[in-house]
Amino acid sequence: MLDAIDFTLVNWSRAQFALTAMYHWIFVPLTLGLGILIAIMETLYVKTGNEDWKKVTKFWMVLFGINFAIGVATGIILEFEFGTNWSNYSWFVGDIFGAPLAIEGIFAFFMESTFIAIMFFGWKKVSKKTHLAATWLTAIGANLSALWILVANAWMQYPVGMQFNPDTARNEMVSFWDVLFSKVAVFKFLHTTSSGFVLAAIFIIGISAWFILKGRHLAFARKSIAVAAIFGFVASIYVAFTGDSSARGVAHEQPMKFASFEGLYNGSEGAGLIALGFMSTTNTDPSNENLMDMNMKIEIPNILSYLAYLNWNAFVPGVNDLVYGNAKYGIMSSEEKMKRGRVAIAKLREFKDAKKSGNTELASQLKTEFMSPDFQKNYFKYFGYGYISDPNFLIPNVPLTFYSFHTMVILGFYFILFFFLAFLFVIRGKLVKKKGFLRLAIWTIPLAYIAQQAGWIVAEVGRQPWVIQDLMPTMAAVTKISSSTVQVTFWMFFVIFTLLLIAELKIMFRQIKIGPKMDGGNK
Amino acid sequence: MFGSLSHLALQEYWWVLVSLLGSLFVFLTFVQGGQTLLYTVGKTETERTMLVNSLGRKWELTFTTLVTFGGAFFASFPLFYSTSFGGAYWVWALILFSFIIQAVSYEYRSKPANFLGAKTYEIFLILNGALGTILIGTAVGTFFNGAMFSLNDMNQVNWATSTRGLEAVLTFHNVALGLSVFFLSRVLGALYFMNSVDSQAIFDRSKKQIIYNTIPFLVFFLYFLIRLVTKQGFAVDANGVVSMEGFKYLHNLIQMPLVLIILLLGVIGVLYGIFISIFKNSGKGIWFSGSGTVFAVLALFFLAGFNGTAFYPSIYDLQSSLTIQNASSSHFTLTAMSYVSLGVPFVLAYIWWVWKVMNTKKIDEAEMLEEDSHAY
Repeated sequence: MLDAIDFTLVNWSRAQFALTAMYHWIFVPLTLGLGILIAIMETLYVKTGNEDWKKVTKFWMVLFGINFAIGVATGIILEFEFGTNWSNYSWFVGDIFGAPLAIEGIFAFFMESTFIAIMFFGWKKVSKKTHLAATWLTAIGANLSALWILVANAWMQYPVGMQFNPDTARNEMVSFWDVLFSKVAVFKFLHTTSSGFVLAAIFIIGISAWFILKGRHLAFARKSIAVAAIFGFVASIYVAFTGDSSARGVAHEQPMKFASFEGLYNGSEGAGLIALGFMSTTNTDPSNENLMDMNMKIEIPNILSYLAYLNWNAFVPGVNDLVYGNAKYGIMSSEEKMKRGRVAIAKLREFKDAKKSGNTELASQLKTEFMSPDFQKNYFKYFGYGYISDPNFLIPNVPLTFYSFHTMVILGFYFILFFFLAFLFVIRGKLVKKKGFLRLAIWTIPLAYIAQQAGWIVAEVGRQPWVIQDLMPTMAAVTKISSSTVQVTFWMFFVIFTLLLIAELKIMFRQIKIGPKMDGGNK
Repeated sequence: MFGSLSHLALQEYWWVLVSLLGSLFVFLTFVQGGQTLLYTVGKTETERTMLVNSLGRKWELTFTTLVTFGGAFFASFPLFYSTSFGGAYWVWALILFSFIIQAVSYEYRSKPANFLGAKTYEIFLILNGALGTILIGTAVGTFFNGAMFSLNDMNQVNWATSTRGLEAVLTFHNVALGLSVFFLSRVLGALYFMNSVDSQAIFDRSKKQIIYNTIPFLVFFLYFLIRLVTKQGFAVDANGVVSMEGFKYLHNLIQMPLVLIILLLGVIGVLYGIFISIFKNSGKGIWFSGSGTVFAVLALFFLAGFNGTAFYPSIYDLQSSLTIQNASSSHFTLTAMSYVSLGVPFVLAYIWWVWKVMNTKKIDEAEMLEEDSHAY
């Protein structure tokens, strides 16, 4: 089914997609959260009639606009890259995957891009309430667009609501609601958007802290921090809860990814959670560079079993159990899955050949066999494994996944504490005096961005080699094109994104330096 | 409701919707056309700022329409998405590149410390205006002239040239459509300036530009149209077999009189908008030429996809050509998406309302000088 695989091409295509996604994800979370925070601030303006709130709103709106523009620029590529770089994927699952992208455009993007015009330019053209509605609709539009793209992403990690059609050689949708409301999609959406809220709240607190340390715009900074601290505190707790539910979904549907989160090579009952750990630099298994022991770890017993299966003594499979199988716990070996996958691919090939040669009777018989529930459950389910020749290829980059996951989780808990302190200092009116905390607030901004990027590394590196879990590995999804072509576009996008990022940061820093236009000068 | 329709009826319905999005996009390229006129219509810094700001309130609409056009094509005709985007890689990569540089330029152009300088962002806008329209027009030209691909029985694409789609420029008929879109977008851009900017100098210069750009537009478009109705086309029979048919697109026009009427309405609309702008000093030309553009492009899409025609033909392997039947999504997906499409009139309604609210008062110098306005 596949010609010889060009791994240079696969890696460059992955690099280009990762580049675009990671650049895009620098800007999107801020848009998601800042949009809502601006809408809250403007609501306070409309409710109280206090002009200061309008000025607070307008200042953050300027930063929103600068960030939004580059988010749009990096976003357009992502949608089209599914076609340009992953054309086999686009056909194999386009019947399902295209729908959320189209809905995103029709409902979310238009809402966002239409009302943003009123939000920025309509202050004197519409009434206060209409303007407020436009600001909320812009924020909701941004979050709705996140919903649909995350539904699409969740489907790749947990393909549901579909059926393979051998005639067209693709998967076809059979339940729209299963795709939209899959447990993975729901938690992915809630976790990802609320993490954006956290980042935006930290962004506001950090920048406001800088104003306080400089002794400028104190009233503005206090107002901004008050809103952001409350919002951020609630959002950060919510992120922890949805993260927990997301991880449980991963434990059930993507056990290899879950094992990589924890660097768990050999599964056990009553598995402990590694709160902190450092991996060895030497390989335990010379055939796979990802298999490494922990040099040092702080482990909390039984917690991992409980988090994954809500049972303190449940068995959590490790990488080795998933690769080599574990008869005691009914885990099939990868070799067996690969064998079954090859049977499924061969059957499809046979069907296609029979069809091509005009042997309709044989074709019809093969199709019936292919579509039988038994074949679907025992063979087609492992279709993607048929492309794999070495079981070690099924192991993602464990160290990268492990460190990214732990960085994200540790920072997540730190953010809860951070917001709690910010909230406490605000209500006690001591914020201005807490110089150390204010400095910490500034340095927390980059940490929030690191947590965001780490989250996506966990989600995307942890699921390798799958582009669609168990059904299609990355190498089978790629567009057949010369790797040098992809290298050229990779560098083209890299250069322009980097230039634009520098421009964005410089403009953003200058606007912050200029500060809000508040009455009473700097006070 | 939609579930009881035949697969073919749903495919036709979605071809109409995708065509409508494509047509609206071409109308909205008045933003791109306007961008290429920044220095010819705007002679002073303030004038250019007014032009940038008048376009700046609409650029996202064009951008979003393009993205939605891509998404809708993906959802309804995924085989086109995988074949054309994966195959004509360079064409799409360059189009995307031109839209990346556009997206930041409005917001960053006049901001202090913008790193690359205001001129660079203006050049970005001009590049987007020229490259975006010419390349998209040329790419759509391949709907009538074919592309160099083949599909295997798993529907995986193999592109036959190393230039990955750029070879489309070697067919002048494709380029003629690209240049038609480019000059039409400039005409529409100038018409939009006449409608939305309150400055006599800009009004007069825009009028002049309409004359200068209408002439090449008509030359290229008429060439495109005449060549289209006289050339061979890609016919599909009831069994899905593709063959070449002399005067195929002329036959399509004759056999689908409604499409002929839409095309004529389109051409008349475009010309009438230009006429009242030049001879009656009207600022309303954009509405006539804009609607005309939508009709004309709609007719071209219908010619490409309906009446047993392959809308994305392969000149490398004729039987790999894409038709609305072999390239479409399943009955279930098209049904689900058809329910989604019921929301489109609602979306169009609020876009219309916001447009009206924002354009009630024309952009003038005073607005640009307001201290607390959010200006580009």
